[in-house]
Amino acid sequence: MPEPELDELYKDLILDHYRRPRNRHSVAEPKIVGEGFNPLCGDEIAVEAHFDGDVLSDVGFEGRGCSISQASGSMMTEAVKGKTAAEAKALIDAFTRMMTDPDFQPSDGLGDLEAFAGVAKYPVRVKCATLAWHALLDLLSRRGEVQGEG
Amino acid sequence: MFDVELVRRDFPILQRTVHGKPLVYLDNAATSQKPLAVIDALVEYYERYNANIHRGLHTLSEEATSRYEEAREKVRRFINAPGRESVIFTRNATESINLVAYAWGRAKVRVGDEIVLTVMEHHSNLVPWQVLAKETGARLRFVDIDDEGRLRDDWREMIGEKTRLVALTQMSNVLGTINPVREIADLAHQHGAAVLVDGAQSVAHMPVDVQELDCDFLAFSSHKMLGPTGVGVLYARRRILEDMTPMLSGGHMISKVSLEDTTWNEIPSRFEAGTPNIADVIAFGAAIDYLEGIGMEVVRRHDMELTAYALDVLGQIPGVALYGPRDASIRGAAVAFNYGDLHPHDLGTALDSYGIAIRAGHHCAQPLMTRLGVTATARASFHIYNRREEIDVLAEGIQEAAKFFGDAISARTRA
Repeated sequence: MPEPELDELYKDLILDHYRRPRNRHSVAEPKIVGEGFNPLCGDEIAVEAHFDGDVLSDVGFEGRGCSISQASGSMMTEAVKGKTAAEAKALIDAFTRMMTDPDFQPSDGLGDLEAFAGVAKYPVRVKCATLAWHALLDLLSRRGEVQGEG
Repeated sequence: MFDVELVRRDFPILQRTVHGKPLVYLDNAATSQKPLAVIDALVEYYERYNANIHRGLHTLSEEATSRYEEAREKVRRFINAPGRESVIFTRNATESINLVAYAWGRAKVRVGDEIVLTVMEHHSNLVPWQVLAKETGARLRFVDIDDEGRLRDDWREMIGEKTRLVALTQMSNVLGTINPVREIADLAHQHGAAVLVDGAQSVAHMPVDVQELDCDFLAFSSHKMLGPTGVGVLYARRRILEDMTPMLSGGHMISKVSLEDTTWNEIPSRFEAGTPNIADVIAFGAAIDYLEGIGMEVVRRHDMELTAYALDVLGQIPGVALYGPRDASIRGAAVAFNYGDLHPHDLGTALDSYGIAIRAGHHCAQPLMTRLGVTATARASFHIYNRREEIDVLAEGIQEAAKFFGDAISARTRA
């Protein structure tokens, strides 16, 4: 059995986003904030979004944690900016499947996010990769509450 | 004469490889590996005399009962408890502390009482007291640490007439700090307070004598001291136990039961409701035999040598921050560290790929992490089978990881 190599986990793209996180900023009011916390390591991420109608017109994040969690936050904000809430939700589902489903075939329009596919081989790190996505899910559910769709 | 190479032969797991590299197991503060004698004791129990204890009249049950009670005697001797009835088997150190919080704390702690803890406690010696304090209206107070992670003298002022209990670790699982338990116990007793010692690390790594410590409770667990998981110990003073009602009730802990009422069994049976973890308790006895065969003084000396070496070698790597006392003679064999702003989880994953097992995270001591101003640290921790070469491998691994993450670390440090 081939051993998982370190650079399969830490793809250049991931290290690049860790080095220079994108969208690490606040967005204009009114905004909705979602939070993710990993009790295993104390890592935390807050994601905020400004909506134009149903579209996440601006998305930013803040947080502290390992390279995987922070790069995931950075790449997630890039991926969902300009998408509708429903498209963002679909992306959350696809990303989560990539992390947890051994039969996952990368065909769900994940694009650059496929860089995280190697994380699935490191079960203890899956939570690092999904942290930002949990925060986004939290954000979308709060928006539902705000709009009374709950 | 102690020979680490001979000791290593007793631990089958040390032969295995991880990711194609020889295993370098440096996560002993989380759990230790098990010698063949312990594994054999488990197999022998299931193959030869598996039976329930304290009830059967048949041979197997008598054999199992006598081996189970022999293990209790081994524990008594190991910590120099005055009597066997002071040794209660639980599932782990956490359960031992909870037993005190529930069975003793709820009867003895009142509104306005103070429970004195330290900022370096493991969650298992913090959360049960938070729960108790909320229920009873007692107040928690915390002894702080200095910049090297040594306990400050605050406790001299903090322990007073209001103090009901002082609960502290004898050896920090993060900083390695060894606390002056006896001195603290003396002051606590002057004020009529009880003293609970979390011995999860200390009992596994140094000679511990409950009469010398003069503690009222001592909690520790088998799996950190070469024994199986699933067995903990609560030592408690006899007169305190006699006055305590059980936390769990059911079989074995009773004396006489009618439909309406029950009288409790003698101690320690009163606190061991239901069928206990017979096999693992007996194998724990084998672990104590093994440790006594080496000698706890020898274990302590070996720990100190490795720790001094690790502090020296890791301390020489630029970018490495070490936590806890620099003097190995006042600390245990757990060395917490960070490398630059590289997250300990990234470091841990990288080291694992080189076959090195360390712990990375908050070590179940989040308030201590906050006190140190970090969210997490890496931690290397040693036991009797570790050797200096493994610390060299760790040091190379850290530098290898530093190279791998390279400018990702420095770029962020600059930012």
